[in-house]
Amino acid sequence: MSMKNSVEVKNISFSYGKTEILNDLSLDIKEGEFMVLLGPSGCGKTTLLNCIAGLLDLTDGQIWIEDDNVTWKEPKDRHIGMVFQSYALYPSMTVEKNLSFGLRMMGTTKDLIKEKIKKAANLLQINELLKRKPSQLSGGQRQRVAIGRALVRDAKVFLFDEPLSNLDAKLRAELRYEIKKLHRDLSNTMIYVTHDQIEAMTLADRISVMKDGLIQQLDTPKQIYNKPANLFVAGFIGSPSMNFLNAKFEKSNQNIIVGNKQIDISKYENINNVINDQEVVFGIRPENINIEKNENSIQCKVELVEPMGADTLVWTSVEGNPISIRLEGSSNFNLNDEINISFDINKSSIFDSKSEERI
Amino acid sequence: MSTIPKGSRPKHLTVGRIGLYCFIIMCALFFLMPLYVMIITSLKDMDEIRAANILNLPKELSFYAWPKAWSQACTGFVCEGLKPGFVNSVKITVPSVIVSVALSALNGYALAFWRFRGAYFFFGLCMFGAFIPYQVMVYPLLKIEDFLGIYSSLPGIILVHTIFGMPILTLIFRNFYASLPIDLFKAARIDGGNFIKIFFYVIIPMSTPITIVAVILQVTGIWNDFLLGLVFAGRDNQPMTVQLNNIVQVDYGVAEYNVDMSATILTSLVPLFVYFISGRWFVRGIAAGAIKG
Repeated sequence: MSMKNSVEVKNISFSYGKTEILNDLSLDIKEGEFMVLLGPSGCGKTTLLNCIAGLLDLTDGQIWIEDDNVTWKEPKDRHIGMVFQSYALYPSMTVEKNLSFGLRMMGTTKDLIKEKIKKAANLLQINELLKRKPSQLSGGQRQRVAIGRALVRDAKVFLFDEPLSNLDAKLRAELRYEIKKLHRDLSNTMIYVTHDQIEAMTLADRISVMKDGLIQQLDTPKQIYNKPANLFVAGFIGSPSMNFLNAKFEKSNQNIIVGNKQIDISKYENINNVINDQEVVFGIRPENINIEKNENSIQCKVELVEPMGADTLVWTSVEGNPISIRLEGSSNFNLNDEINISFDINKSSIFDSKSEERI
Repeated sequence: MSTIPKGSRPKHLTVGRIGLYCFIIMCALFFLMPLYVMIITSLKDMDEIRAANILNLPKELSFYAWPKAWSQACTGFVCEGLKPGFVNSVKITVPSVIVSVALSALNGYALAFWRFRGAYFFFGLCMFGAFIPYQVMVYPLLKIEDFLGIYSSLPGIILVHTIFGMPILTLIFRNFYASLPIDLFKAARIDGGNFIKIFFYVIIPMSTPITIVAVILQVTGIWNDFLLGLVFAGRDNQPMTVQLNNIVQVDYGVAEYNVDMSATILTSLVPLFVYFISGRWFVRGIAAGAIKG
């Protein structure tokens, strides 16, 4: 991945009538980078993608693609290819015609079109489907063709708008793998919109987590998972989600107090930034809780067990707050078992209650 | 008797069903009655018609009325039957249908996909236009056409039919296009289509059902029109309906009911034929436009 920017979103705003969707948003995407825009529905991620594609007109700001100000350029002149959730294949054309449509519009010669289609069809293994109509294809095949349509155009930037959301779980995993492979082989810039955190985590070089038209955190999947910037990101990423405990910090003994319980957080990376008496939210991922008895452990009861094959999820509660613990699949716990849990403090996240920002 | 459901669904003929069928058959008979009277009357000679047994089958079949209605009956001063009217109606209907359907499809496409400023206002205007009784506009339109110098001519009547057809057709097309996935249109824009290319390569190939509906609506509407044809077509281009009226409304001589009946049937054959071959499409297209709109 080079250091050059492929796509630059500069202070863009977009509104539908009086409803403001994006406000002064900026985002740089590096050449060859796989950028995932992740967020709940209505967070503006698809709007942002459509703005980059030129399918929506900005109210303010600029879009640059490949060092070219494309803010007011037509979608076709932006060197992009786009894949839609609904596949958006032209129903009256065969797969071959679907693939070649963009090239025919550009006036590419027949031989070149043939060659490009052959290449794309080989890459996506859709050779046998070329003469079929979209209605004769399965969902997975349709999405392959849709990807192929972006491929033949030699797009510099690929835009994906929730391409896997209409597929069943098994196919989704399959195509996710293929998209990742495609990116490895082509190393084009890709911008991928999804609300599925697994897709985001597995595919992205960097994820930009969005909410209410704002980027909450822009970082590598690892950083976002391990060091979420705020409560929203912490809660949104991870399944089962992070456990949260409302607490108060006591500087004198470096403890946080949850109801009647005390937890020693002296090992927390930014412990020096926590102020005495500060109201905080203590966040810990289910896999960072251990079942062991030590001077800092808390005693509680097993309330529910969810075996998931590879892991087992054990539910308990601390001072009325539900806590999930991810354990090995082989672990054996029964309802109402007494357990002692201890938290891996250097892997925890602590947020300020008011600002909801990570400390 | 076995109570386990197995095999095809058992057939039940309930009292309700029988009642329903009786009602449907009676309705059919009721609506077919005039047609029956028309056909048998057209096959009787005048003596038998004067005997006034209107529902009786003809004692002797007489085909005298049909050729007369087609090529000899007097429509005013000339006595060439309905044939010239048929030709005129074709000359009026074919271009009017083609022009109005093509323009409305383009309008509907622009309204559905290219949401220009004021698109909703324009859409509302179309709605409004579709519900204004056209008799209100006959006189102003007549003055306009007179000013343009096309009043009482073939282009004049074609223009009038195009204008009156477009609001409702634009609505129908817009609603159909609004039901198509917007992603298709976006994909076509990225693939390099402009306004016209997307319309021709992507949208038109998908428009078959709604186009058939529009064509049926226009063909029957324009073919059956009397008032506009009478006012705007001019003496040389009078459509079949106007000439039919001239045959039936005799001021002197004898009213030849058998000729009147066969002339009427001849005039209504075209819309009847259109409905017969395309009824299925008609229902489908209307449903598609209505539900998803």
